Amino acid sequence: MIVLRTPGGVSLRLHPRALTVGLTCALLTLAVGVLALGSGDYPMSAADVLRTLAGGGTPAQEFIVHELRLPRLATAIAVGAALALAGAVFQTLVRNPLGSPDLLGFTQGAATGALVVIVVGGTSTMLSGAAAISGFATGLLIYLIAWRRGVHGYRLVLTGIGIAAILTGVNGWLLTRAPLMDAARAVLWLTGSLDGRGWIHALPVLIALALLGPAVLAGAGPALRLMEMGDDSANALGVPVERLRLALLGAAVLLVSLASAAAGPVNFVALTAPHLARRLTRAPGPNLLPSALLGALLLVVADQLAQRAVPGHQLPVGVVTGLIGGGYLIWLLAAERRAGRL
Amino acid sequence: MRSRLRGDAMTLAYERRTISRELTVDVPDQSFTVVIGPNACGKSTLLRALSRLLRPNVGAVLLDGADIHRRPARDIAKTLGLLPQSSIAPDGIAVAELVSRGRYPHQGLLRQWSREDEAVVAESMAATGVADLADRPVAELSGGQRQRVWLAMALAQQTPLLLLDEPTTYLDIAHQIEILDLCARLHEEEGRTLVAVLHDLNQAARYATHLIAMRDGQVVATGPPQTVVTAALVEEVFGLPCRVIDDPETGTPLVVPAARRRAPIGVMA
Repeated sequence: MIVLRTPGGVSLRLHPRALTVGLTCALLTLAVGVLALGSGDYPMSAADVLRTLAGGGTPAQEFIVHELRLPRLATAIAVGAALALAGAVFQTLVRNPLGSPDLLGFTQGAATGALVVIVVGGTSTMLSGAAAISGFATGLLIYLIAWRRGVHGYRLVLTGIGIAAILTGVNGWLLTRAPLMDAARAVLWLTGSLDGRGWIHALPVLIALALLGPAVLAGAGPALRLMEMGDDSANALGVPVERLRLALLGAAVLLVSLASAAAGPVNFVALTAPHLARRLTRAPGPNLLPSALLGALLLVVADQLAQRAVPGHQLPVGVVTGLIGGGYLIWLLAAERRAGRL
Repeated sequence: MRSRLRGDAMTLAYERRTISRELTVDVPDQSFTVVIGPNACGKSTLLRALSRLLRPNVGAVLLDGADIHRRPARDIAKTLGLLPQSSIAPDGIAVAELVSRGRYPHQGLLRQWSREDEAVVAESMAATGVADLADRPVAELSGGQRQRVWLAMALAQQTPLLLLDEPTTYLDIAHQIEILDLCARLHEEEGRTLVAVLHDLNQAARYATHLIAMRDGQVVATGPPQTVVTAALVEEVFGLPCRVIDDPETGTPLVVPAARRRAPIGVMA
């Protein structure tokens, strides 16, 4: 633990390991990002990429970086960070390591909106909008059903799982109603993909992150740490638990909905990144910032794998995150079992 | 008798089940108040109301004359602390880290860990005898040690009033006495006002300076143990025939349950 103090009474507390993990994730994301911007049908060296980013590239390089590759990279970073941040918030709020938005119905809700647009027909902007709105509405519905003089972890988890099951059924029904071409497009969307994503996809998530990120990290982070100890303890220490939980759920649902709108319901990032962050930092607490940075790194790396793993064939990024996330979860179970904790 | 903390004509209820009506309670300043009564008499509910965890349907809890639900939670948390019946230690947390969380109401975005925070956490751990355990994971501690760590966290909050909800449950007799001795010292040496819910009448009579006896959601008697703990009152509140004698160690009332009247074995068969 490092403590910084100034004569003016300002004091800051830093966890060196968490700091190292966060910085490493950020630097790796940038490095992989530069590689990603330089690779593809028109390869560019890292130096060329950096020169182009600084505004000194040829018109062709400018076009490829700024119009084609940078939006996709920005979408990956923003979606990864948003999903991981929301996942860390959810897992802490419901005090359950499986309390992730992919299992609690929020992403299924976003998918329902998107599927309706695909079946009825609409532009990709409409699809994103519908996904965001229906994801948020699902969050509201789950909160209202689970509310009984305050919302408690278990009730929220069970309600969420119930709603997720219903929506999975609805989504399946919508798929069977769609013509073959639309159904194929829908399945691709449902897997989660960053293919052909532009600024229109990246910007809403980036803006939400810029507005909600600092509020969640600085405004609610310390209080969220106390809520891990139970509502009574947090209340006794002066945390307005119910109000804060509503605000945090709202912020997390908004982040998940916008992320799903941009890239589809990308699997397992929200579930895996916070666990991985906690293992790396070895710091108790929700580890919000390390989780978000790790989420960004995970998705950027997963997208590179998705594009390059099978030569001549691009996978949707959701396939890769599903494989990595599922594999990690099973490895985690095996490790816990070896350590005798399970 | 002055009371910074009082419950005024409260109706306390969960969902549709009403526990108490028109309940009025005063906590004398600088007292070690203990609430006693049979199971489900509403003593824990009273403590939840006093500690702001349960909002009265009617009436109010007043702290220094103001309704505690109308003041910012963080302000209240600087005056009124609580050791809840059960708390969850976060995964992998160490003792010092957990105790330091008690400083939350005194901290802010730019005041995350002042010298005062550091000193108060060290004092709290010393007072509860957990300073040696500072770097140990809470999960590895015994029940008695863990309860002292939680108490240290509540102390680090530095509140003149501290509520304790059944602080001795799940502890063996030696650790029960250890925790109660600690509470008595906090009360005597630091002048804190303590309010505890206890199950053991004899412990209550030995440690309390002020007793509140409850039955069916109502206060039956209040006052010092010598006047409250009588054979008649124990029979009225708990339905237990008994004798009350002087505790040979402390001279406080000691409740001795009446011997069971045995039927001859032949009759029972």
